[in-house]
Amino acid sequence: MELLLVLVLGLLYSAGVYLILRRSMVKLLLGIMLLGHGTNILIFVVGKITKGHPPVIDETYKVFQEIYADPIPQALILTAIVISFGLTSFAIVLLKRVYALVDSDDLDNLNTPEEEDI
Amino acid sequence: MIDNHILAPIFIQLFVAIIQLIFWRKTITQRYLSIGGSIIGLLVAIRLFSRVYEGGILTMNAANWDAPFGIVFVADTLSVTLVLLTSIAALSVSLFSSVGLSRQRMLYGYFPIFHFLIMGLNGAFLTGDIFNLYVFFEVIIISSFVLMTLGGRKAQVEGAVKYMAMNILASTFFLTGIGILYGLTGSLNMADLSLKIQEVQNKSLIGITSCFFIVGFGIKSAVFPLYYWLPSSYHTPPSAVAATFGGLLTKVGIYAMLRVFSLIFIPDDFTRNLLLTIAVFTIITGAMGALIKTNIRRLFSYLIVCHIGFMIGGIGMFTKVALMGTIFYLIHDIIVKTNLFLIAGLIRQLRGSMDMKKLGGLYRDYPKITLLIAIVLFSLVGIPPLSGFWPKIYLFQEAFTQEQYFYVFGLIVGSFVTLYVIAKMWSEVFWKQPDNEQDIDDRFEPMPLYRKILMVLPIGILALTTLYIGLNAETIVHVADRISTQLIDTSAYVQAVLGTK
Repeated sequence: MELLLVLVLGLLYSAGVYLILRRSMVKLLLGIMLLGHGTNILIFVVGKITKGHPPVIDETYKVFQEIYADPIPQALILTAIVISFGLTSFAIVLLKRVYALVDSDDLDNLNTPEEEDI
Repeated sequence: MIDNHILAPIFIQLFVAIIQLIFWRKTITQRYLSIGGSIIGLLVAIRLFSRVYEGGILTMNAANWDAPFGIVFVADTLSVTLVLLTSIAALSVSLFSSVGLSRQRMLYGYFPIFHFLIMGLNGAFLTGDIFNLYVFFEVIIISSFVLMTLGGRKAQVEGAVKYMAMNILASTFFLTGIGILYGLTGSLNMADLSLKIQEVQNKSLIGITSCFFIVGFGIKSAVFPLYYWLPSSYHTPPSAVAATFGGLLTKVGIYAMLRVFSLIFIPDDFTRNLLLTIAVFTIITGAMGALIKTNIRRLFSYLIVCHIGFMIGGIGMFTKVALMGTIFYLIHDIIVKTNLFLIAGLIRQLRGSMDMKKLGGLYRDYPKITLLIAIVLFSLVGIPPLSGFWPKIYLFQEAFTQEQYFYVFGLIVGSFVTLYVIAKMWSEVFWKQPDNEQDIDDRFEPMPLYRKILMVLPIGILALTTLYIGLNAETIVHVADRISTQLIDTSAYVQAVLGTK
């Protein structure tokens, strides 16, 4: 399971970086999203995956008797997912607006000289 | 000492923003609320500053979860100083934006978003939990995206694409670093991390993790070679927004670096050399960029980059004197850079342009305002006894002690180029006769008196603060001395958070 997740996160990071380096705005957006997913899986993996041991202390004991699943990485990922959802939806709207104004998907075309209207 | 006062700077901004949302599209009410909220925020920040300065570090455990298990808020001298400076800058910007913005932008929620941004800044300065720091960073960037695109002109949204892409990328780097750090230590509390990181056996992995933080904070604070988003986006939003960004946002990156490198990753030789090299290249490339720009806001954007290099160099040398220089420069820079962009906005109102070629004759037409602006420009350049001069003494002194002549070279080039571009700007904007008198579009003259006052008053407040920092440098040196002592010897911070153990 760990090995599979590590491979997936490596794939997500590399695909994300590759897409960000392209000139297309849509690919930039996809790349940012993939990088975000890669980071989430990374946090999940480094938090050490433990199956079948919920972080609940048995009532006969005062402390944990064996290794238990760490809930904090999941809380972190949940927060990160919500945040990246907000950022991504903003980014989609922004890129749509830019596309409507510039009429091009190429990031190199985003260099209009300054308008004096502020 | 446990105290709820710490949360006041965050919650005041939050409540102001929420109340403003209730008065959606009622811009007059929002203006009053914004100015009122900023004044209350400033008073609370002053009170918090004096309490922490006299009584030592305050902490607050969220929901009464003991550190290191819950989120902890810590107010040490560095945090409260930055909260105080943020509040001063926020008051000035909120005064300026009550008249300096088009009604269209105010209708679409400028004021609430502005206060959410200030809330994020205060939160980032006060939190003692590294994941909470990430969350406040996200609050800051999502608010700044909205402020940057508000109005939706073509140049604005184009700049926002670059700004957005780089900042989301920086957050991803930061989050990756946090993930690995949690995997290594099993903690997120910064004070706890500073103890646990010493027990980690795999030192090379710690080095790699610190590189994630350097890249993440480096993008945010705009250092070489990661700064290209800044000059291509900061000149696009309205001047009031650019003032908030230019004065405060890049400095959060510097704050985070100070915090992370003093508590968690104590810089080793590699990190020091890396930071110093980055610093020199940041200074030189920023200075070169400033030399060729004729639009004054683009020029100021490059000066931000140039002066970030001064502070990074101070962190790179990482001794008490160097950190004193960095912190004094940070204090000076927040006030002056905010003011520079407000001045750019004022010049735009006076002349209808921000291009040096089209400007001219301001000294002839507005001698008093020119005198006010001169104070700011002189302290930016660092003419003694104004505020930009004092921190450079410490930076030069430490650079000579450590024989970092490359950085000394960078400091000299940076200071000289700043002097040159400001002198050029002075003669072009204030002394030169404008080429074409008919082109002048003076929107300031026909304004009613109260609008004129609201436009010049914030620049005056910030100029007075600059004068205070410069002429009363002894007090500021004491503050910087206290902060750098706490940064070098973090035991007081750790003890305040984790309790006496």
